[in-house]
Amino acid sequence: MEPQNSSLLRTSLSLYGTFARIGFFMFGGGYAMLPLLQKECVDKHHWTDEEEILDVFAMAQCTPGIISVNTATYIGKKQAGLLGSALATLGLITPSILLITLIAALLSNFADLAAVQHALAAIRAVVTALIFASVVKMGKGALKHPVQVAIALLAFLAVALFGTSPVVIVVAAALIGFLYFGLLRKEKEADA
Amino acid sequence: MKTLILLCLNFFKAGLFAFGGGLATLPFINDISNHHPDWFTKADIANMIAISESTPGPIGVNMATYVGYHVAGIPGAILNTLSLVLPSFIIFYIVAGLMSRYSQNKTVMAVFQGLRPAAVGLIAAAGFSVFLIALFPGYDGKTLFDMDSLTGLFSWKAGILFLVAMVATCLPKLKDLHPLWYIAAATVIGIVFQF
Repeated sequence: MEPQNSSLLRTSLSLYGTFARIGFFMFGGGYAMLPLLQKECVDKHHWTDEEEILDVFAMAQCTPGIISVNTATYIGKKQAGLLGSALATLGLITPSILLITLIAALLSNFADLAAVQHALAAIRAVVTALIFASVVKMGKGALKHPVQVAIALLAFLAVALFGTSPVVIVVAAALIGFLYFGLLRKEKEADA
Repeated sequence: MKTLILLCLNFFKAGLFAFGGGLATLPFINDISNHHPDWFTKADIANMIAISESTPGPIGVNMATYVGYHVAGIPGAILNTLSLVLPSFIIFYIVAGLMSRYSQNKTVMAVFQGLRPAAVGLIAAAGFSVFLIALFPGYDGKTLFDMDSLTGLFSWKAGILFLVAMVATCLPKLKDLHPLWYIAAATVIGIVFQF
């Protein structure tokens, strides 16, 4: 095997392991993997940066499928092409397949166990804090212009208070980005 | 065998058309149950939501595994889950290619300057909904402005733990701690203090 191939394989296996770990501890739905993703893929492996994760999330909102799966596919492809992409995606869903098969086979009353309920109630409270910490971290990078602060605030309020579809938010934000940062600023630059 | 192929086709379709993630798969799963009540019932779905909430992983993926196992054992669990994920894998693989190809394009960069803050807002909103469920157990996601019933649901234990965790994420040393340590600590605290 050529050296390049073996390093691709090594990266792909590392991607599989990392995303399996993320998948195993992904309690609390959609964005709960964000703090883990930041730690593993940004701080530890430097596979991506915070801005790029936000780009991926925005795109993931307007394509079919689960955001965390989309993120795995993206980071895997970027690091090690098709093999990396496939292994990262498989890694993310492996814990679910194992755990749910076990539960389906053995423990159909798993969710009713008192210890499970107690642990989950506490995990939810802590994961909430971790998500907010991630938001602050990402906000520092992504909100540099007053217009961007306004977009973030409006997106938050629309979804939190009125349950607006994220697809609508993403399309509107893309349009604002195109109009304000693309056209308007270009005009200013042309004037100056 | 025929059932398994049909099942996988159904979950492939759900994977192809469910936008947004998480609960977006649920309407499709409901629909499959309507057409094939012998595969799984509405009660199975409710059961599955409860299990999904208490295990890691996306609910759509968990549901696919659970149903696949019940219809066709372990091969069913694996194949059905892969069927659900395959469409979004193919599509996002292409999207990822386009994103890196056009990442230096001025127009694309401008669009992402608008998209990034929106993503921050969306994540904050998702965090807020987890916040409500975490600190107000039993909150049904409907009456955010109904202060009386909200206060009635408030859990002191969860509130205090949330505050402690918030403070911890601001402290110099604890800030960089791996999130897994937070989750592990929460598991112990939750069981010991009977959350």
